[in-house]
Amino acid sequence: MKNLPETIRMACTYVFLVLMAFLSLFPFVWMMIGATNTNTDVTKGKISFGSAFFDNFAKLSELFDVGQIFLNSAKIAIVGSFFTLLISSMAGYGFEIFRSALRERVYQALLLSMMVPFAALMIPLFTLLATADVLDTHMAVILPAVASAYIIFYFRQSTKAFPSELRDAARVDGLKEWQIFLFVYVPVMRSTYAAAFIIVFMTAWNNFLWPLIVLQSNELKTITLAISSLGSSYSPDFGVIMVATVLATLPTLLVFFAMQRQFVQGMLGSVK
Amino acid sequence: MTTVARTGSRRYRELNGWFFVGPSIALIGVFMAYPIVKSLWLSLHSGQGSVMKFVGAGNVERLFSDPIFLIALTNTFIFLIVQVPIMIVLALIMASCLNMPNLRFRGILRTAVFLPCVTSLVAYSVLFKSMFSYDGLVNSILLKLGLISEAIPWLSDPFWAKVVVITAITWRWTGYNMIFYLAAMQNIDKSIYEAARIDGISATRRFLSITVPMLKPVILFTTVTSTIGTLQLFDEPMNITNGLISDVTLTLSLYIYKLSFRYVPNFGYAATVSYVIVVLVAILAFVQFYAARERD
Repeated sequence: MKNLPETIRMACTYVFLVLMAFLSLFPFVWMMIGATNTNTDVTKGKISFGSAFFDNFAKLSELFDVGQIFLNSAKIAIVGSFFTLLISSMAGYGFEIFRSALRERVYQALLLSMMVPFAALMIPLFTLLATADVLDTHMAVILPAVASAYIIFYFRQSTKAFPSELRDAARVDGLKEWQIFLFVYVPVMRSTYAAAFIIVFMTAWNNFLWPLIVLQSNELKTITLAISSLGSSYSPDFGVIMVATVLATLPTLLVFFAMQRQFVQGMLGSVK
Repeated sequence: MTTVARTGSRRYRELNGWFFVGPSIALIGVFMAYPIVKSLWLSLHSGQGSVMKFVGAGNVERLFSDPIFLIALTNTFIFLIVQVPIMIVLALIMASCLNMPNLRFRGILRTAVFLPCVTSLVAYSVLFKSMFSYDGLVNSILLKLGLISEAIPWLSDPFWAKVVVITAITWRWTGYNMIFYLAAMQNIDKSIYEAARIDGISATRRFLSITVPMLKPVILFTTVTSTIGTLQLFDEPMNITNGLISDVTLTLSLYIYKLSFRYVPNFGYAATVSYVIVVLVAILAFVQFYAARERD
């Protein structure tokens, strides 16, 4: 290929990037416009704001207890994140600080488990939770995700940067190991926690397959389940669906814009 | 200070070590190790509910004579072979454009192409479903532009339905992969590019001979994770093309779900299909790691 003049190359770059940016953003605009239009207008492809937002919202409220499903999603995501961060950061810390040959081997097995597809776990998980009689509870959604190999890995990698002088000083001060973890490690590593929180929160908030299998009662369902059942109904009302997708997307969008730096850091954590 | 002094006696270290990693190991044992072994056990059995009988390789034989399984397998492979390369090439090009020196609006452009990956899979699937409906936005734009003479049945046609799913997944994940490449590119020494430029090497050549080889570990990482993700594809075919009713985009995961929770449940056979995914992930990950090592 011939060496193109700098200006033409720069122009091509801008055209390409602006086109990509437009294509990336358009569905967001489409979603917000759709939330204000009637079903007929959405399916006809109308791309201007309408006045049906409150009607759509009212219809959505007739079909689902909107506050309840929003709270269900929030509860699963927040409680799940809390325990995942606690349990998995303890493990990442433990594997790095208290090394032993046996634990190294366990850790290797743990890393391998990241490759295991969820589809191969879901049937035994389902029968296990059925035997324990906890199906159709939020605990059944939260529990299998609490120990996350990926998050353990992420914390172990980050713990390598945790200054050992801090540990030494704390031990001289007579702190027990769990106190060092809770009162020294956790505050020092808060940006690692922030990054991990975003990953875990998003995964839990957006989770679909597992809640679909486990949750049966309408009053326990999450917002992704609500959207899916609206979308797969015989004659879906897309105006109503768009209102629900806006509600489902807003929290993650807010988290993203509030913590953009940690968001990217959390994503990249695994390859650094 | 020595390691021994820092972390105390052997017994002390053992006790604390297991205290910190114990809860995770217990949970992973119950919710991961046990299910994966149980799945293997189930795959050797057939029957409904608690009346399971041992069939050995019977379920594996059944796979090859099951036309629906073969459709699911073919579809999954089509998604894998078409979507992953398109996405990775596109993400590489995007990243190298965003990495150009003197680029203006870099932050805004980067955020824009990254934003799709904050959406939930179900939410964006439904958005794509609405855009590609028969009398919907995409058809009306294409008709107005005169690119097609009659509306395309995007969601029900076996070919076009796959195009929509591939487009959707590419929309959702390209920016995500791009961020990995961009971060890796920023670690490449700028002087290498300067030297190449002075030697009169074209931009395309610089991209192929400097950027791509330097990024090999990251490309490998994203290829493996994308492969694992695509082999488990569920949310999109389920929600874009009414996966429970239509088989045009049936994937392995969707078929497992149907076998277990929609048809008369046959957990044994469903577990066998799930092991197909396990085996495929293992083989493809091995091949990709091996291929990456070969070229060194």
